[in-house]
Order: sequence, then C-alpha cells, then structure tokens
Amino acid sequence: MTLLTNLTQRIARSPGDPKVMRKGPSSLTDADQLARTLAMFSFGLGMTEVLAPGRITRAVGLEGKEGLIRAYGAREIASGIPTFSIDKQVGLLMRLAGDALDIATVLPALRKDNDRRGNAALACVALIGITLLDAIAATRTSAVHKRSDAPPRDYSRRSGLPRGVEASRGLARRDFTTPPDYHTAGTLAESL
Amino acid sequence: MKALVWHGKEDIRCDTVSDPRIEQPGDAIIKVTSCAICGSDLHLYHFLIPAMLPGDIMGHESMGVVVEVGPDVRTLKKGDRVVIPFTIQCGECEQCVRGNFSVCERTNRKKQLADKMFGHTTAGLFGYTHLTGGYPGGQAEYLRVPFADTTHLKVPDGIPDEKLLFLSDILPTGWQAAVQCDIQPDDTVAIWGCGPVGQMAIRSALLLGAKQVIAIDHLPERLMMASAAGAITIDFMREKVIERLNDLTEGKGPQKCIDATGTESHVSFAQPDTILDRAKQMVMAENDRPHVLREAIYACRPAGVVSIIGVYTGLADKIPMGMAMNKGLTFRMAQAHVPRWTDDLLHRIEDEQIDPSFVITHKVGLDRGPEMYRTFRDKQDGCIKVMLQP
Repeated sequence: MTLLTNLTQRIARSPGDPKVMRKGPSSLTDADQLARTLAMFSFGLGMTEVLAPGRITRAVGLEGKEGLIRAYGAREIASGIPTFSIDKQVGLLMRLAGDALDIATVLPALRKDNDRRGNAALACVALIGITLLDAIAATRTSAVHKRSDAPPRDYSRRSGLPRGVEASRGLARRDFTTPPDYHTAGTLAESL
Repeated sequence: MKALVWHGKEDIRCDTVSDPRIEQPGDAIIKVTSCAICGSDLHLYHFLIPAMLPGDIMGHESMGVVVEVGPDVRTLKKGDRVVIPFTIQCGECEQCVRGNFSVCERTNRKKQLADKMFGHTTAGLFGYTHLTGGYPGGQAEYLRVPFADTTHLKVPDGIPDEKLLFLSDILPTGWQAAVQCDIQPDDTVAIWGCGPVGQMAIRSALLLGAKQVIAIDHLPERLMMASAAGAITIDFMREKVIERLNDLTEGKGPQKCIDATGTESHVSFAQPDTILDRAKQMVMAENDRPHVLREAIYACRPAGVVSIIGVYTGLADKIPMGMAMNKGLTFRMAQAHVPRWTDDLLHRIEDEQIDPSFVITHKVGLDRGPEMYRTFRDKQDGCIKVMLQP
C-alpha cells in the first residue's frame, strides 16, 4: 500500500499537496481484516473450483462430482463478494452455510475403500479450520459493528432553536426572499 | 502535520503528512481549529465513488485561522478567522456570477476527468475524490485553500467554533434543501433522513414557515432530535410511511419532499427494493440505492416539489419517471451553493434564530478520527455528528 500511496502521489497530486510520511493505525478492526482475508480466500478457492474441478475431485477421490464442485466454486465467489463488502456479516453467514455443504460433500470420501482417504481427511481438517475462522470472523464483526441495546441518548432538548419551536416558525420569512430561480409557488390567477 | 488519510475501503488512518504549501498566488493556508466528519464522507469510506486514491486527505467541513497567504490574495490576511465552504469557487465564471457556486467552471483542477464523467465539470471540492479535483481535505491540522479570496467566510471572534463550523456544509446544505422547496405557509414538508443534513433541513423548513414538518428515519436518537425541533416523526421500520403521510395531509400527500438520504438508503426487508439495490451495488451493477427518491416521488402531492440534497453518486435504477412526469413534479437538486447562503445564515446564528451546535454528539481530537468514522457509520453510541479538533 505504501508503494501505491507513493505512486498516486506522483501521478495524481501536485507538488504542494501533503505527502504521507508515516501511517497511523487503521479504522479497519482485526475482525474486518480477518473477514477480508477470508473473502480473498473465497475468490481464490472459488476460481480454482470453477476452473479446475477435476483436480480437486481426483485429489480426494470424489470423481464424477466435477459439476457439483464447479457450482460450489460459483457459490464461493458469490459469498466472497459480500464478505469483501461493508456487509461482511451477510457474506460470512453465506460462507458458514457453504462450509457445512463442503464438509457434507467431503465426508463420504472418508470411506475405507477410498485410496485417497488420507487426502480427504486432510481436506476435512482444513474445512473444519476454515469453518472455525468463519465463525470467529462472523461473531467478532457482528460484535464490533453492533449498535448497543441501551436506551438511546436523550436528545429531546436539542432543538437548535434558541427562541423555541413555535416562536421560530416562519421567523426567516420576515427577511428572507426566495431567489427567483427557486420559485415554485404561485397560481394561474396571480400570473394573469 | 497530522491528517486523516484514505487508504482504501473502510481504511482511514491518522497519518503524519508533510505540511501543505502555497502553490498558486491566490492560495492561502489555514490552521484548522475545528473540522467534522460528514455523512457524505461515508460514501468515500465505503468506496462508493471509485475515484479515491490511497493517500488522499479526507474532510470538507473545516474552519480555522489564516497563517499564510499567497501574493495575489486581497481579502484575507494572517490571523483572520474563517470558515471554509466545501465548494471551491472562483467567483467570476458564468455559474459563480449566477450563484451556482457548486458548479463553478474553473476550480476543478481535474476538469477533463469531470467533463468526461459528468458531461461538464463541477466545482472543485475539498477532500472529495479526484472527480472534483483531488484537493486535500480539511480533516488535518493545516489546509491549503485555493481561490482563497472567494473560498472563505470571515467569521467574528466571540462565537465558538461549534456554532460556526457547520456553515462550511451541513447548515447551508439543509437550508438549500428547504429553499429549493420554496416553502409556503400552508405547506407540509416531508424530510427523509434525519442525519445532520436532515436535521438542518428540518430547522430550515420550520424557520421558512412550513405549517407541518414530517421527519422520516428509523434511529430513535435521530427521531428524538427531529422531534425536539417540532417535527412529526415517522419510524419507517415500525410504520407505513405512505399511509402516515397521507393521514397527515388529508390524503393528498406532502407538497414538498426533501431527500436528505441520498445514495445509501437503509437496507432492510421492510424495504425490499433496498436489498436488490444493495446486491447490485456490490457487483457494481448500480451505484446508488435510491429507495428514498422512489418513495418521495410516490408520496409527493401532484404538482409538488422533490428537493434532492442527499448525495447521489452515479447510476440509479428504477426511478419512477412516469409517475413523476404524470404528477407534474418539480425536481430541484444540487450540491449546496454554500456561499450563496452563508452571509444570511451567519446573521441568523448571530441573531440566535438557530444554533447549529445542537447536532454535535461527539467531540474528539483528530487522532481518534479513524475510530469515529466507524462509530458514525455503525450509528453507535448515539452518534449523529462528530466534531474533530486537531
């Protein structure tokens, strides 16, 4: 990002504009960063599943399910988009639902007659790990961005009208004339 | 100096940056004494306008004291106390002469880009993307003010910053929203969105003599603040907006409707179109979520006025133009032509007709700015307006 900041400084700003010398802490929380990482993972895995489903099915002994894996790839990309957005909780919930589907799909590959059972077990462990990360990210982003359940602050005296509401109604009409370019009022009778 | 710098979506940092320098003979530098986070800064925070670059300084609501002036500056001197409008204006072009300062023809230093995107350029703005000049913003300790002779409002000593700061944007913006309606004494004015601009529009509509002001939002603290100024409130998550508006206007609808929400209408199942808009926004198939605009067109009395002051960023889908055309509605919209109203509004502050400081809910140092962007966006801690003091 520093490289990008320096590059944009040269092409998009003038010499007298301030330049970044030292960065401060980001408004992005750790939970947001984790969600972004998971979104990038979604895009990466999704593209792999869409483009090379055969490699995945062969690796874990699920030959014949290439179409399903390709559909899962599309789902991964679709859940990555909201996870990367400001509505990351929606994306993370989509990812959690997807994790459950992935695990349910890989579990049958743990059967004893599958000669790539070891790979399938590894995939299961990885999926459980990812599910945990998704759960942590979903919980923490919800907590960080949640509005408090406490009663609202009392703003009932903040009128901003020092003379009171009724005394202020129409006060500006005494000395303010709507500019001609903003006129909308008037009747046909007045114009005749 | 310290400044709040954009580094990416949801990534604002309080960085150490070099001080701004005078570049043109008409520039001035001010030491910022107060600045604020605007609702429209959240559109940049969310990267809804893809024309921000890492390293851009945020902020377009600021005031301070002049510390340096260029050789051609005639109306300012060191030590002057000034509020800086968010629009930069030359004061001489055809649009400035007509009072249309936010579409000044000369101040956007990236005019060619704006010409391509908007058809014709608009004014340069502080801290608001490279489409409007890429000028460094005022959420900083110092700010360079281009076209300084015409881009300032001198303010007297003795009135605190809290009462004056919002002359830079939200007070004239809310005022213009109401003026665009040409309010008459028997008018009902409905205002969608009770954020800072909506709150100012409510007070402006009242001062301009509306018989009835109706404020629509869903956040209890915002509705409470609207109610404090005499507005009738509608909570759109609990009530049916159209039914209530009709009940309050003998079935005819409000004559004047103000959209003080703009591109980021609240997304909820209670407003299903917002879900579709949000999904389209995520895949860049639509820029805006114009639910409020659709509802205002539907609710407005035939031959009424729809005043749009909430910021829209680009392409908005499913705007019911047939409805608007057949009802004979008048649309008025613009970024506020700030200097057109500020002398008059300063007089109203001095005359104690309005005290804009009512809207400030959080006042912190610049170093807490990044955290406050989050608090403001998430509507936490009763946050309606954040004032920053560098």
